[in-house]
Amino acid sequence: MNFANMQASVYNDKVVRQFAIMTVVWGVVGMLVGVIIAAQLTWPELNLGIPWLSYGRLRPLHTNAVIFAFGGCGLFAAAYYVVQRTCHVRLFSDKLAAFTFWGWQLVILLAAVSLPLGFTSGKEYAELEWPIDILITLVWVAFAVVFFGTVGTRKVRHIYVANWFFGAFILAVALLHLVNSAALPVGAMKSYSAYAGVQDAMVQWWYGHNAVGFFLTAGFLGMMYYFIPKQAERPVYSYRLSIVHFWALIFTYMWAGPHHLHYTALPDWTQSIGMLFSLILLAPSWGGMINGIMTLSGAWHKLRDDPILRFLIVSLSFYGMSTFEGPMMSIKTVNALSHYTDWTVGHVHSGALGWVGLVTMGTMYYLIPRLFGQKQMYSTKAIEVHFWTATIGIVIYIAAMWIAGVMQGLMWRAVNADGTLTYTFVESVKATFPFYVLRLLGGLLYLGGMCLMLWNTVKTATAGRSVDVQIPAAAAHA
Amino acid sequence: MDILFLLIPLSVALVFFILGALWWAVHRGQFEDIEAEGERILRND
Repeated sequence: MNFANMQASVYNDKVVRQFAIMTVVWGVVGMLVGVIIAAQLTWPELNLGIPWLSYGRLRPLHTNAVIFAFGGCGLFAAAYYVVQRTCHVRLFSDKLAAFTFWGWQLVILLAAVSLPLGFTSGKEYAELEWPIDILITLVWVAFAVVFFGTVGTRKVRHIYVANWFFGAFILAVALLHLVNSAALPVGAMKSYSAYAGVQDAMVQWWYGHNAVGFFLTAGFLGMMYYFIPKQAERPVYSYRLSIVHFWALIFTYMWAGPHHLHYTALPDWTQSIGMLFSLILLAPSWGGMINGIMTLSGAWHKLRDDPILRFLIVSLSFYGMSTFEGPMMSIKTVNALSHYTDWTVGHVHSGALGWVGLVTMGTMYYLIPRLFGQKQMYSTKAIEVHFWTATIGIVIYIAAMWIAGVMQGLMWRAVNADGTLTYTFVESVKATFPFYVLRLLGGLLYLGGMCLMLWNTVKTATAGRSVDVQIPAAAAHA
Repeated sequence: MDILFLLIPLSVALVFFILGALWWAVHRGQFEDIEAEGERILRND
């Protein structure tokens, strides 16, 4: 058998291994920056008077690092692993897959340098300047070619539901990135958006909320629909419902964005459409959440002994919580209280730490031992400790932000009998101080758990070795 | 709100694209014997 044939008979796990390791590394980095900026909000002296360490520059570094570096690498790893395993075929192109890995790491490095230096397009979650945007586009096209090429050459007729979610995530993010990043370059690292004023705001939040929907939801649902059944060793509760979940979610997601612009210059009817679509989204989101959790129906005892399964199932309960909270906050009367307060920050983090973080960690704990020829992680006890530090950290974080947010909203709207404001803005900032300390504590716990995961990953990887996994023979699944 | 002349047609085009994908999936028999597909991933990979 020649080399090419030998290659074709095993999965390409090299790129999965690379992305999995970097998921853990970038997780530590991104969460560390998050802890630093949480401390800066508590004690502004920590800006140290150094421009490139100031909150305004580190904040986009934090969001980009956790969403696109930690979350992004996790999604690449999961998509490449799942598409090969469910299609019984090696990745479409090893070279392009390697390009997506190195290209994506270069994007992350460029972000880590350019954002602290102050280069930004000023668009939330799309701050990177135009040369980096072009590199992102190239990497993403390569990702799409590798993924859909693999699906196209599959040896299993049925396309497993996780692949539909990954596919929608890849296509939607491509479209969002292209439309929102359209800009006129006026220098090597300076550009102006193609849109102006409220038009720009509309495009920005059309992008911003669909990034939540397709990057932070659809992609990770793909993870959920493969790794929960595998770890629980049971098929998903209702495969039929998972199909309905997919189509319902992608048909209804696109117009939730305007809820970020309630009570702004955006036309009132557009705001109301945003609210309406946000409310509709509760149905498919909860359908999927229940479907995932009920996969354990009749096997709940597994939660007691298996910390990896606990990561995955608890992530779904946070998914359920934040997909209830989100539609509620999009109701205009609720939004009048919650908008611009720390409640929004709490909501985002119940989704990011609770859903995206925990499901990614659970997935990596499943993947990493298998990628290094091991039966399990070096220390199961460490996974257990990680689970509890992360969960307690999230609960402290979001509870602090709920209280702080509602308090801020009430203080800002309080008026005296003569119509003047009861509180000055700075009074609400002072009142928030203890909750910022609590938030920092929650963040530290979450970061601590992630550091433990890095240690466990290094131990597992060095104890094992890279293994090639055979693709099952075609006859077995005609 | 000129931007809606871009974003709304884009959404409509997208809905037709998604409908096309759904039509393809249904007519290519992707959803026949549907519950068995959920169990397949547990058997071998």
